[in-house]
Amino acid sequence: MMREYAMTALKAIASLLLVANYGLLLIGVMVKIVARVHGRFGPPVWQPYINLAKLLSMRTAISHGVMYYLGPVFRLTGGIGLYLLIPVVFGSSWLGNFSFAGDLLLVMYFIFFGMLGMALGAAESGHPYSAIGVMRGLSQNTASELPFALSVIALAVQYRTLSVTGIVAAQQGGVLNWTLFTNPLATAAAMLAFLGMMGRSPFDLHLAPQEIPVGPPTEYHSSYLFMMSFNRAFFASAKLILFMDLFFGGATSIPQMIVKTFLIMFWSVFVGVCFPRYRVEQSVRWFLKIPALLGVAAVLLQML
Amino acid sequence: MNETILTLEQRFGARLEAHRRDSLVFVSVPADRAAQAVAWLRDRGGFTHLVMISCVDWIERGTFRLLYLLSSPQERRDIGVYVDIPRDAPSMESIHHLWAGAKVYQRELREMFGIDFPGSPGVNDPMILEGWHDIPPMRRDFDTLAYAERTYYPREGRSTRDPAADTAERVYPTDEELRRGIADLARRTYPGGSKDGES
Amino acid sequence: MTDDTQKMPKHRSPVPEEELLSGDSFLDPAEEGLFCQDRPEPVSPSRVKIVRDFCNWAQANSVFILAFGTGCGAIEMRPLFTARYDISRYGMFPRPTPRMSGLFIIGGYASVKTIKRIVRSYEQMQAPKFVMGLGSCTVNGGMYWDSYNTIKRLDHYIPVDVYVAGCMPRPESLIAGFARLKELIRAGKAEGANRYAKDFEWYKRNQRRIITDWNMPEHNW
Repeated sequence: MMREYAMTALKAIASLLLVANYGLLLIGVMVKIVARVHGRFGPPVWQPYINLAKLLSMRTAISHGVMYYLGPVFRLTGGIGLYLLIPVVFGSSWLGNFSFAGDLLLVMYFIFFGMLGMALGAAESGHPYSAIGVMRGLSQNTASELPFALSVIALAVQYRTLSVTGIVAAQQGGVLNWTLFTNPLATAAAMLAFLGMMGRSPFDLHLAPQEIPVGPPTEYHSSYLFMMSFNRAFFASAKLILFMDLFFGGATSIPQMIVKTFLIMFWSVFVGVCFPRYRVEQSVRWFLKIPALLGVAAVLLQML
Repeated sequence: MNETILTLEQRFGARLEAHRRDSLVFVSVPADRAAQAVAWLRDRGGFTHLVMISCVDWIERGTFRLLYLLSSPQERRDIGVYVDIPRDAPSMESIHHLWAGAKVYQRELREMFGIDFPGSPGVNDPMILEGWHDIPPMRRDFDTLAYAERTYYPREGRSTRDPAADTAERVYPTDEELRRGIADLARRTYPGGSKDGES
Repeated sequence: MTDDTQKMPKHRSPVPEEELLSGDSFLDPAEEGLFCQDRPEPVSPSRVKIVRDFCNWAQANSVFILAFGTGCGAIEMRPLFTARYDISRYGMFPRPTPRMSGLFIIGGYASVKTIKRIVRSYEQMQAPKFVMGLGSCTVNGGMYWDSYNTIKRLDHYIPVDVYVAGCMPRPESLIAGFARLKELIRAGKAEGANRYAKDFEWYKRNQRRIITDWNMPEHNW
């Protein structure tokens, strides 16, 4: 009994290590690609590791209270919780992670939980710009959740299951079984919502570096910022793997996972380097128009 | 432009100071009628753009000479109105009701020269100097170098090359160098002789 | 050549008490209890050599610059972040808040109004923090050496690690300055924050001498 628990824990830790490293390298590669698009060299791909090492080696830190400290902890909890419930490699013993019926709803909850935790932490830091950034970030997040939720409902009706592993299992057996081809409306709505969830241009106003100094993480520094930066890697790769599982057939091997998540991330980076930033009211209105319509159409189509 | 100058002379007692070209003229107006003259220039003269309000400290004459530089975008001409105010209790009528932007210039003049513009909004707010305790610094009886050396810590070893002395040295050599040069020439011999001629 | 070093008065340090101006702080009484009243303490690096070297390596290869253009040097900072002189390849990135940044570049002259904000921002940065003085005005006053409103020696108000001389230095000189700063960090010699904490009274006296409307806490944590 204890041995089984120990094995499960070890597998979970190994899985987390894989995704943490993968996420950090992915961020480094994306920054490099953006730099090359700009016509410059860009930092080395392992720069996120150096940033984290530097943040850990800062000697002083100022805490604004308990909630300020718990903000990144909540976010990391959300990230880890999100990740551990979605299968990275379908059928793998150590990368299959945990699954149970209905975990798709829990996954959606974890995505929002992280942002909420950081909002509370940033609000306690007392910085007015944090509050503005938090307000903008939450409104934008809520708006981008709508098409994603509609598309998830369409998926749930289509596959008759709310378990992510179940949805991946239903997409096996060939490329044409992917949700991309069996339910293109839901995929389109979700990929547009994905742009909002990744927080890149044109939906990065809540992090606007020149306007409100990076919004919610304004007061975060030293080890707190280390936790938040570390969590960025987790969250990003967890969301990518979730989208890969839901819409692009999951992965049956690690190279497949790497290729698919890289291409999905590349979609958001590609849009990001081409388009300027939306204001929050513009982005909210945008999400409530075409992506929401696509989502509603997807749900209606499934009902018929 | 001549009609404008004529009207200014007749109605406001102006005096022509300089006629640079047909599109640039400087007049001086007595202080008690200057604001009305500027208002007339804006309303009837067509000089709708206030370029700047500037000031020169004529410490020898005991006055501040304000300059109101106005410009007419339609007719493409400028006029400068000089106003002399006494240096002891400098105060001038404010023209913020003609141009709202004049309040910024007046605030600056209040801070730098001490000229009061009663009624101008925010004229006593500090603009650049926060917590200034001395006399207004643009006045010529304020010794800025002495103040700087007293308040801030200059770094030892700073040296300056005075441009005039430097040029004189390079372009007009001193007698000493002339003498040295002549002695040098005298040491050498001419081509065909023993030392320098062979190569 | 005119040499006016003899004419300049010699200032000794620290500032004697009688030379202080009588500017006292007028913090809003309602805000009295909101600020930490302690003075900063020096924080020494780890005593284990390998940890110290690793920390110095990380600090040198990932420098977050505070994006606060204090003077005319800001115009030379902008090309560094763009494609031509790209410094992100050296691991240097601009950050908008002093909380997240480690390097403060004082570009150009610092008037009294600016030095108050510089001090306020510098004190909010977390240790270890570095300062680079850009241009001759931070070295000896530069072309504003006789101005009533600019400071003449930056290192009397905040500790400085590297000076880059010029008026303004080109981006290539700045990159050379960054390379020198990285050398200092790797060697463990860039301890400006500890210097500031150790000589805190001296720095504060110098600052209070010129900043007369002191409406901020003694130390801006």
